[in-house]
Amino acid sequence: MIKTILKSVREYKRASILTPVFVGLEVMLECILPFIMAMLIDGMNGETIGDILWYGIVLLVIAFASLYCGVMSGRYAATASTGFAANLRHDIFYGVQEFAFADIDKFSTSSLVTRMTTDVTNVQNAYQMIIRIAVRTPMMFLFSIIMSFTINARMALVFLCIIPFLAVALFLIMKTVMPVFKRIFKKYDALNNSVQENISGIRVVKSFVREDYEMDKFARGSEDVRKDYTYAEKIIALNMPVMNLCMFVGLLLLNYVGAKMIISSGGTELTTGELSSLLTYGIQILISVMMLSMVFVMMTVSEESARRISEVLEYSSTLTSPENGIREIADGSIEFTDVSFKYTENSKRPALSDINLRIESGQTIGIIGATGSSKTTLIQLIPRLYDVTEGSVKVGGVDVRDYDLDSLRDAVSVVLQKNVLFSGTIKENMRWGKADATDEEIEHACKLAQADEFIERKRERYDFLLDQGGSNVSGGQRQRLCIARSLLKSPKILILDDSTSAVDTRTDALIRKAFREEIPDTTKLIIAQRISSVEDADMILVMDGGRIAEKGTHDELIALGGIYHEIYVSQVSGKEAAA
Amino acid sequence: MSDKIKTNEAINAQGGAPGKAPDGKFGKGPKGRRGPAGGGKALDMSVVKRLTGFVWKYYKPGLIVVIICVIFSALSNTIASVFLQRLVDLVIIPGMDKGLQAVYADLIKVIGMMAAIYLIGVIAVFLQARIMAIITQGTLKKFRDAMFGKMETLPVRYFDTHATGDVMSTYTNDTDALRMVIGQSFPSLVQSILSIAAAFIMMLWYSVWLTLVVIAVLIIMFRITGKFGGDSTRYMIAQQRSLAAEEGFVEEMMTGQKVIKVFTHEDEAKADFELLNEQLRSDGERANIASNVLMPILHNVGNIMYVMIAFVGGVLVIVGATNFSLHGIHPISIGIIVSFLNMSRQLSQTVGQLSNQVGMIAMGLAGASRIFELIDQEPEQDNGYVTLVNAVRNEDGSLSETDRKTGLWAWKYPHSDGSIEYIELRGDVRMENVDFAYEPGKNVLHDITLYAKPGQKIAFVGSTGAGKTTITNLINRFYDIPDGKIRYDGINITKIRKPDLRHSLGMVLQEVNLFTGTVMENIRYGRLDATDEECIEAAKLANAHDFIMRLPNGYDTKLTANGSRLSQGQRQLLSIARAAVADLPVMILDEATSSIDTRTEALVQKGMDNLMAGRTVFVIAHRLSTVRNSDAIMVLEHGRIIERGIHDDLLAMKGTYYSLYTGAFELE
Repeated sequence: MIKTILKSVREYKRASILTPVFVGLEVMLECILPFIMAMLIDGMNGETIGDILWYGIVLLVIAFASLYCGVMSGRYAATASTGFAANLRHDIFYGVQEFAFADIDKFSTSSLVTRMTTDVTNVQNAYQMIIRIAVRTPMMFLFSIIMSFTINARMALVFLCIIPFLAVALFLIMKTVMPVFKRIFKKYDALNNSVQENISGIRVVKSFVREDYEMDKFARGSEDVRKDYTYAEKIIALNMPVMNLCMFVGLLLLNYVGAKMIISSGGTELTTGELSSLLTYGIQILISVMMLSMVFVMMTVSEESARRISEVLEYSSTLTSPENGIREIADGSIEFTDVSFKYTENSKRPALSDINLRIESGQTIGIIGATGSSKTTLIQLIPRLYDVTEGSVKVGGVDVRDYDLDSLRDAVSVVLQKNVLFSGTIKENMRWGKADATDEEIEHACKLAQADEFIERKRERYDFLLDQGGSNVSGGQRQRLCIARSLLKSPKILILDDSTSAVDTRTDALIRKAFREEIPDTTKLIIAQRISSVEDADMILVMDGGRIAEKGTHDELIALGGIYHEIYVSQVSGKEAAA
Repeated sequence: MSDKIKTNEAINAQGGAPGKAPDGKFGKGPKGRRGPAGGGKALDMSVVKRLTGFVWKYYKPGLIVVIICVIFSALSNTIASVFLQRLVDLVIIPGMDKGLQAVYADLIKVIGMMAAIYLIGVIAVFLQARIMAIITQGTLKKFRDAMFGKMETLPVRYFDTHATGDVMSTYTNDTDALRMVIGQSFPSLVQSILSIAAAFIMMLWYSVWLTLVVIAVLIIMFRITGKFGGDSTRYMIAQQRSLAAEEGFVEEMMTGQKVIKVFTHEDEAKADFELLNEQLRSDGERANIASNVLMPILHNVGNIMYVMIAFVGGVLVIVGATNFSLHGIHPISIGIIVSFLNMSRQLSQTVGQLSNQVGMIAMGLAGASRIFELIDQEPEQDNGYVTLVNAVRNEDGSLSETDRKTGLWAWKYPHSDGSIEYIELRGDVRMENVDFAYEPGKNVLHDITLYAKPGQKIAFVGSTGAGKTTITNLINRFYDIPDGKIRYDGINITKIRKPDLRHSLGMVLQEVNLFTGTVMENIRYGRLDATDEECIEAAKLANAHDFIMRLPNGYDTKLTANGSRLSQGQRQLLSIARAAVADLPVMILDEATSSIDTRTEALVQKGMDNLMAGRTVFVIAHRLSTVRNSDAIMVLEHGRIIERGIHDDLLAMKGTYYSLYTGAFELE
């Protein structure tokens, strides 16, 4: 897991290495400082200003050097951690671009967004922490101990007695509090999640008059968070007093032993200045121990984020383009042979079974059936958005798995059920279909899709700015734009997955008329709920429970008196009376 | 002595990076994002006052103890810094002359005194931290509950004008920032100021000359803090902005990931992403550098101050300069200088600590002001006084109130003369010449008049934006219109209490919102006291039973993220079941079956018709087969009813409805 995400450091390896180097230098200088300071204090006993001047200059030089190292390490740490984070986001985003439909289903949109934002930020913080603090602390610890022993070994032993106490106490505190924090994060998430549900579902809450019910639920959740959080913080609150206690005990011991030593040895074994710097080192050592425990906390907190990121990075797409795949698609004929399909290996029921079907190039096929009858699943196999579980799907006489994926998808254009337009002008959205499309081509495609009439009514026409998801045009208009976008690909096969449901029947008919007249060679598959959308197709498939239940022309299926007839009756009764 | 500072440095190591994405995981695209917290705005004293007032009100005793503890720990820290001087002057120097035995009692006395002071300090810190934990979390809970409680009472209009991500951010980012301020910044701010004040008094006590040196250096330190702190804030804002931009982009792309695949648009998406990612990286880098370098700079300015004191002090000792101080004029001693050196170290660390808190406090106060803004929102106005009660029919045909569930409901109408009238809830809805505008001057409804008699099914058809949903929003008073134009069972609806009014209306909305919980719990949302059997019955009626039984755990299957594993059609079936279990006299179906195939819809409709026999139903639909058997169909266009009548009549009129309905056939 750690290995996976560390691969993303790449060009920031240099900064990542230089940071601890400068941190190390800084720590070293910082540790020498009290030593020099001791000499300076002792120098004050001298009669001349010379010693003070000399040590003062040395001190200043060290201070400036340490300043330089500190600033450099800060800069490199910033570069390394933000660069690492940028690379992580880059790798996740690129990874997701390679995902197949099945993989996209597996990771939800919001979870992917969280991974790229909050999780990456957490890892970035932890990384910066590690290359700065996690290096700084042990070095500080080590240098301070070395320096203390250099000054006076007997005195230094005093710290060594206290460190285990502090370490054990801190360890116990952390050990108790970590699981509590993990629990809190979960509860906190759930609490915020319920807020979010209430915001987006406020109309439901209000229309069922559930305000009080929701408030009770929320108050219970927030009380739960409060209790756990208070408990955790109370334990954490022990940190500081424990730390202080150890430090104070250490200082008292040092002072007591130190004072005795200075006096009894007459200042030969230990000087006042040395005692003063020993005190400084002592504090530094104990602080290092405490910092180390904090680093562990930080790392545990970001561990979950690191895991979630590596999950995406390590995920290899279940569907890849073959090497040297065929790039030429002969024609728009489609053939399904004994196809069955399951979304996941452990699905009980296959989503599709026993599909055998041949569609000639240029035919128009209508597909109709109940919600959940796998109409969408069927057509998604054609551009190889999913791979069949058994059997084969051929386009232009070649198995779709033998095509180069991009070439196949360029030839097979799907207007998805969940139409998504992107923020940008209409023209920009249209160029998704064909990057170098001319204005004439775009206008022509919009005309075919019957989108031109409402675009012409807009002042900005094709430069009209669409909001995210195209939320500032009506559902029917959105669908027509999506159809136009797909037409621009000049596909050999065009698939409309319930893409005219919000379009009125008249416009719907005009679109199909345009298809017939303008793109006669393109194979057209139309999934629809409305009989009127499919009744003039060359062949109509009626899907039921993952199988093709009925197949034939409108007249044949009416004559058959099956499901199709039933749907027809449910929609058209009364229409004859009007006609 | 100065333990906190290092801890803060550790925290600050991450300070430059964004604490959290501005909208956390609740981002809803880039619309209407706010600027990040702490946008360099001057401290808003009214927020400080209100915040402290709030905490003070609920935690007075605790706060008093905390303040005492803070004073004690600040004092013990300051006194501790001169400990060595006492030791040197009282024990070591005399001891050098007289020997250990002579000063041993003094040594024990000094050490013992210090131990006592330290002990008080430790206890003070312990108490302070524990009590603050209780106060902080308690206050946050009160804020959270207050925000949520207020949010639930806000008018729907508020949610139209505020992006989900922004409201969410108040609960997440702003509350988190506030937690830091109450729990850490305020106590340490008080402590820092006390420590600085105490240190100054001590320094003046010892030497005026050396104090002047310290003041000079401190001024430089504050300048530096101001400069880098300002840079850091500015870059942080830039960073938050590009983070928001990238998050918006990623959210949009991930939502449309399948479209990207279908159009083999991956490379273009990557290229766009690169630009944003690089922008975020460079902004993040600058923000982090600004905050990373502040500490080493302050730290070493502190070191330089140390040298200067030592130097000036040394010169003073050697030239035997006269020392002015609060306790008189006498020659400067080494002990004094040593103490000064220690105090100066502590002082520079305290200043560093203070500089860390400034940013955090600004951010927390900005968060607090947004929290207050939410709490201060005007709640939904409700002047209604007519309530809905269970009723029994007396022998003379009149109604009287009862506690029992009778299935018979009545409006309890208290008249101004003190008499109470009971009017049977029948579901008679009348609108007279209703105009309505969401924004003044832009009428979306013009002159709408309609009568829905009990048991009738009234349908609205028309294109998107014609005003169909707006009409139903007026009936349940999501939006209010000026008086008297809508009557419910003859009562002006503005006189009916909103909860009671809505209790009588079942709503199934186009946009289905499910809640985290089991399928069963989601259905029961319609009526909280419904039994399992009743919920299952409702699910059967809505034709949802079959697919529910196919879910991994049937009715106990947990739904998350608004039922994301279900198809849109299945979600609509669940939402119909939820309304069915509520079993209400009036039902509003707003495109309730738009994603359900016509065969299933026909089955659902049959069930609903049985359930709703004798009750009033409003149906909004795109699909004309859905509304065909309605008692009245209103065709809306641009907020006006342009045609009305039953299906056959409308067809006979050969108007808009006719062309909508037969559009496909015309072409043949």
